Amino acid sequence: MYRHAPRLLTRVIGGGVRRSATARAFSTDLPAAPSEDAAFVEAWRKVAPNIDPPKTPLAFMKPRPPTPSSIPSKLTINFVLPYQSEISNKEVDMVIVPATTGQMGVLPGHVATIAELKPGLLSVHEGSEVTKYFVSSGFAFVHGNSVTDIVAVEAVPVDRIDLSLVQKGLADFTQKLNSATTDLEKAEAQIGVDVHSALNAALSG
Amino acid sequence: MASMAAAVPFWRAAGMTYITYSNICASLVRGCLKEPYRSEAAAREKVHFAVSKWANGKPEKSSIRSDSHAE
Repeated sequence: MYRHAPRLLTRVIGGGVRRSATARAFSTDLPAAPSEDAAFVEAWRKVAPNIDPPKTPLAFMKPRPPTPSSIPSKLTINFVLPYQSEISNKEVDMVIVPATTGQMGVLPGHVATIAELKPGLLSVHEGSEVTKYFVSSGFAFVHGNSVTDIVAVEAVPVDRIDLSLVQKGLADFTQKLNSATTDLEKAEAQIGVDVHSALNAALSG
Repeated sequence: MASMAAAVPFWRAAGMTYITYSNICASLVRGCLKEPYRSEAAAREKVHFAVSKWANGKPEKSSIRSDSHAE
C-alpha cells in the first residue's frame, strides 16, 4: 500500500490543484445537465449500429437547468413538510437555516450545498420582514441556480410554542440524562435536552 | 485517500438510526405546542398497523392491530 503512496498523493494533489483552479466561489455558468451521455451513445453506435441506444433515466427526467451567468438578485425557496408545503417558490433575500455546523445564512449565489439541519430556528428574510419557524430536523439543499429546498419533518411558527411545556420538558430530560444507564437511554435523554434547549433559545432569542 | 472518518453523532454511536432520531425530535417538538395546534399535531403522529405471525403458510389467529399512536 505504501509503495503506491507517492503516486496516490501526487494524484490527489494534482486533482486538487486542477479542481481549485476552476472552483467557483459562486455557482454561475454551469450549463444545463445533458439528457443523454454522448460518450455512451457513441460507443454504442460503434458496437451495435443497427440498434437504437437504450434510454437512460436521465432522458426521462427534466434536466438540471443551466445556472445563470450572473448571480440572481433573489433566492427562490421551497419549504416543505411531510403533510404540507409551507413555502413554495417564494422569492426572498436571505434564509438562515439551523445546520448541524451552525446557523448558516444562504444568500443568492450561494455555493451548492447540502446541509443536515439540527433542531433550531429557520428564518426567512424578505425585505424588512422576517418569518421564523422552529424546525425539528431535516435537510436544506442549496442548488447552483439559487433555488433552495428545505425539507423538515416538523416545523412550527415560533408563536405556537408553549414556553411552560418547554421548560418542563427541559427539566424532565435533564433529570433523565443524569439518571440514564444504558447508551440508548442516554442518547434519548440527550436528544430531549438538545431539542428543549433549542426550543428555549428560540423562544427567548 | 482519507482515512479520517467524520465524527459519529452521539445517537448513531448509541445504535440509533437517523430516522429514529428525526422522529423523536419531531414528536418532542409536537409535544411542546400550544393547545389547538397540539391536538392537530397528535393526529399526525397516529400510526396504523397490523402485525400477524405466520406458521405453516397460514397467518395465526392472533394478529395485533393498532389504531392508535404507537411509538
